[in-house]
Amino acid sequence: MSVTQLLFWFLSFLAIGGALMVVISRNPVHSILFLIITFFAISGHYILLNAQFLAIVNIIVYAGAIMVLFLFVVMLMNLNADTEPPHKSKYLLYGGTIAGASLMLVLVAAIKQSSGTIEFKTGNIGLINTLGKTLFTDYVFPFEISSVLFLSAMIGAVVISKKEA
Amino acid sequence: MPFNYYFFLSLAFFFIGIIGVFPRRNAIIIFMCIELMLNAVNLLLVAFSKMHNLQLGLDFPNIGSEAQVFVFFIMVVAAAEVSVGLAIIVMLYRNTHSVDVNFLNRLKN
Repeated sequence: MSVTQLLFWFLSFLAIGGALMVVISRNPVHSILFLIITFFAISGHYILLNAQFLAIVNIIVYAGAIMVLFLFVVMLMNLNADTEPPHKSKYLLYGGTIAGASLMLVLVAAIKQSSGTIEFKTGNIGLINTLGKTLFTDYVFPFEISSVLFLSAMIGAVVISKKEA
Repeated sequence: MPFNYYFFLSLAFFFIGIIGVFPRRNAIIIFMCIELMLNAVNLLLVAFSKMHNLQLGLDFPNIGSEAQVFVFFIMVVAAAEVSVGLAIIVMLYRNTHSVDVNFLNRLKN
């Protein structure tokens, strides 16, 4: 087993364990910290797949900006394990597990026979050079539209969280 | 590395996200599980793009980079969504002094 494969398994277990702890943990602050670990592991996967741009963007946007926003809100509300509302009824948990497991079963059965392979650390489609060319030639209009989306999201967030005068 | 492994990994993420959304009543935890599901889809899209490029890359060198641009746009939309969603949660907390989503069923009447 090569170093890259070892790294793949290590990052996979780290990410799955972090994601499980997000769901299990009672304290919302711990959940957020485990989610940050998960996002770093996913960024490691992107680096393994040679998607360097997405790895950096994932760290900056998700682990940096979004998770800090979550932490800020949780600490503003002073949430901890004591203020955590109790779970909904057990039936909902069982129903969710069964529904999710059925979805998983169908998808696993559908894809099990596929013979596609992936090579680590090769290919240049994930480099900033290639992605920049694609983004600013074929997808320049959606790129500009996304700035309008950000503007509307910013105004919306300000209007929603404003105290009613 | 077979492509299946990445598929099963993303599927496990998505499944954990589903299990997190169903029983919890804390709106912030539910929101975080939705982020987890979005990341599962992102990882799968990147894996698909690599597989596609490996199969057709000799004829079309840049094939598959559209998927990664798409992942970039998913991240853009997720960032906008988080800012608005957290604003809504803050307003929910200000009105009910709790982040329990069961309080939201008063919207029914």
